[in-house]
Amino acid sequence: MQVTLRVRRFNPETDSESRIETYDVPADPMDRVLDLLHWVKWNVDGSLTFRRSCAHGICGSDAMLINGTNRLACKVLVREVGDQITVEPLRGLPVNKDLLVDMEPFFASYREVLPYLVNDDPAPDTERRQSPKDRGRFDDTTKCILCAACTTSCPVFWADKEYFGPAAIVDAHRFIFDSRDQGAAQRLTVLNDKEGVWRCRTTFNCTDACPRGIKVTQAIQEVKRALLFRKA
Amino acid sequence: MTQQHTFDVVIVGAGGAGLRAALESSRRGRTAVITKLYPTRSHTGAAQGGMCAALANVEEDNWEWHTFDTIKGGDYLVDQDAAEIMCREAIEAAYDLEHMGMPFNRTPDGLIDQRRFGGHTHHHGAGPVRRSCFAADRTGHMILQTLFQQNVKQGTIFFDEFYVLDLLRAPDDGRAAGLVAYELATGELHVFRAKSVVFCTGGYGKMFKITSNAHALTGDGPGVCYRRGVPMEDMEFFQFHPTGLYRLGVLLSEAARGEGGILRNADGEAFMERYAPTIKDLAPRDMVSRAIYTEIREGRGAGPNGDYVYLDVSHLDPKVIDAKLPDITEFARTYLGVEPKKEGVPIVPTAHYAMGGIPTTVDAQVVGDAANTAIPGLFAAGECACVSVHGANRLGTNSLLDIVVFGKRAGVNAGDHAAQVDHAELGEDPAGAVTRMLEDLAGHPEGERAAAIRGDLQVNMDDRAGVYRTETLLKEMEVELGSLHERYARVWVQDTSRRYNTDLLEAVELGFLLDLAEALVVSARARTESRGGHFREDYPVRDDRNWLRHSLASRTASGVKLDYKPVTMTRYEPMERKY
Repeated sequence: MQVTLRVRRFNPETDSESRIETYDVPADPMDRVLDLLHWVKWNVDGSLTFRRSCAHGICGSDAMLINGTNRLACKVLVREVGDQITVEPLRGLPVNKDLLVDMEPFFASYREVLPYLVNDDPAPDTERRQSPKDRGRFDDTTKCILCAACTTSCPVFWADKEYFGPAAIVDAHRFIFDSRDQGAAQRLTVLNDKEGVWRCRTTFNCTDACPRGIKVTQAIQEVKRALLFRKA
Repeated sequence: MTQQHTFDVVIVGAGGAGLRAALESSRRGRTAVITKLYPTRSHTGAAQGGMCAALANVEEDNWEWHTFDTIKGGDYLVDQDAAEIMCREAIEAAYDLEHMGMPFNRTPDGLIDQRRFGGHTHHHGAGPVRRSCFAADRTGHMILQTLFQQNVKQGTIFFDEFYVLDLLRAPDDGRAAGLVAYELATGELHVFRAKSVVFCTGGYGKMFKITSNAHALTGDGPGVCYRRGVPMEDMEFFQFHPTGLYRLGVLLSEAARGEGGILRNADGEAFMERYAPTIKDLAPRDMVSRAIYTEIREGRGAGPNGDYVYLDVSHLDPKVIDAKLPDITEFARTYLGVEPKKEGVPIVPTAHYAMGGIPTTVDAQVVGDAANTAIPGLFAAGECACVSVHGANRLGTNSLLDIVVFGKRAGVNAGDHAAQVDHAELGEDPAGAVTRMLEDLAGHPEGERAAAIRGDLQVNMDDRAGVYRTETLLKEMEVELGSLHERYARVWVQDTSRRYNTDLLEAVELGFLLDLAEALVVSARARTESRGGHFREDYPVRDDRNWLRHSLASRTASGVKLDYKPVTMTRYEPMERKY
């Protein structure tokens, strides 16, 4: 089959604004959208620029806007999106070149929520014990691959770049609900900020966008509840 | 303009080994991690099944059995002192990760849960043992995240999306003096002076077409070292994982078989029973991959072309699949449209792991010759290194173990070394060689792209240097590599921009792949025996009398030169490898 692939292009060295370029790409229904981008880069225009690495939905490099929805290009097959495909960079982050965006604002929010285990007790000689139930409590949010699909699908984030965004809250959730962690109070204080969880308007865009199937909105609600419970 | 930076330690690569090293070295000296990907994009995150450590949490086990399995699994090419260290330190390494927050699956008692994995046995091969510590089927993802989180906590300095393109060695004594890196965002070169340089850049599976490896795995670290006079050890040993998704090569973890999955041919027969009667589907990967190809060659392959077999987990409890194998079953659904709870998943062997690489001691110190002469200040760990703990064939889960054990050792030793020495003098114009290489690559007239040359390299490597090798095939591949190198000398880089020029970098990466492929093929052609992942149809038997030794391939003006060094033996006599 032939796919009409439209790609939003922008070269900072020559362009004042972005434009759509159209390519006719030979494709198999089982091809990934990433395969189409590679076909263009490797056969038509070597300057087409995007990030990718693992090509099977684990590394989180190639989140982009595909037919208006945030997806990983390596996890969307042609048969799912048809023969008219438009690919654009993630919204809400500065575009550096073509589909490649500046991830630094995203990682800056991530770093602010103390995304690591806080436990100052001396470690035992073996493992800290944790029941399967306690381990299951935060299982969903351990799946996050920091691809930014959720955060850049969030209308609140588009309007207010200071908002931490869903991904940072997901990664805070992963530790707040870990029975081994002692940093919840500190993390909740960060997230109680005016740019924190209360900005969330439960649009569910983030949950739809997550390529790992994380119930992002639910995680945010759980963090909100933890804050309410703390205040009570 | 070239920017200059000075650190005590620079680590190249931010996968498991690099991140583990950084946690140690940054406590001992000012450390920078230079990485061509954002750290969490590293391919450690694709590892699935687990990390073995003889914790004995669910059944009797000890690290000596683990050592034996590692050595036997490696077909006795393993340096036995190194395997002992790795398997002994595995236990502390697992607890260390847990203390850092690693979300391991748990037993009902709250201990780290463990499961079976290929080649891991109790009582020296008597039967499979539950040794693999795991977090569902995303253990690598969780290790990578946990180590990255700890580096965020510790404030490690990262240079993200910087490509290391040269190793600087002191003109007088050859010790490590620093690195030259290319900044993706600007196209500028940066010179990093350092007392210790640590390579943790992972593998180079992208020289093959069907591979589980990420696009980024182009062997830049070993390639840079090789060009700067470091020999490459045991390059002929490359692991083909038995269960890659048909056509794509995407990995389906051995954990599927650890949890009870079975390989079946077109007739539905559980064929591994014929090849490894004792541990069947949990035989080491090299044996299972050959068994699969034997089934296909003898006409028992499935599908319209008879060119795959099935991985069958449909008889497992759906709850077990959802709880312990969620990712790999989703891969089958997403990429092949197959429902693993109901039907077999089409699989073929996939190029997976380089046993060979930069030769190091057990302290991650890089050595430069057959006498194990140290190159001061130069360290390596993880898949890019060859300690050698994997010998001729790595056991499943031992890669995650390798990166945390030897990554830690690399960080400790690189940090300690830096505390004892001064910076070496850089030679005249340290970035000159990289500047000339890039100008040359960017200056070729319109012609053939890197992608076309790389594609031909990959197809030819699959056909001629894959699971089955012969003198004829390898000789053909040598000739092919000569022609690929000639084409590469004229490669066309279409993107002329300075910023984010991934077109240029793909061309640079291809150069490393070609150099390493040549080292692999020449080493493989010379080794006239079959051992582990290196199988010669014309020499199908292991030959300990002549070949119980490591190869060292060096790059010279007149081609690849081979040398050999003995395998370190402690207490394990080589014996026939049966399972």
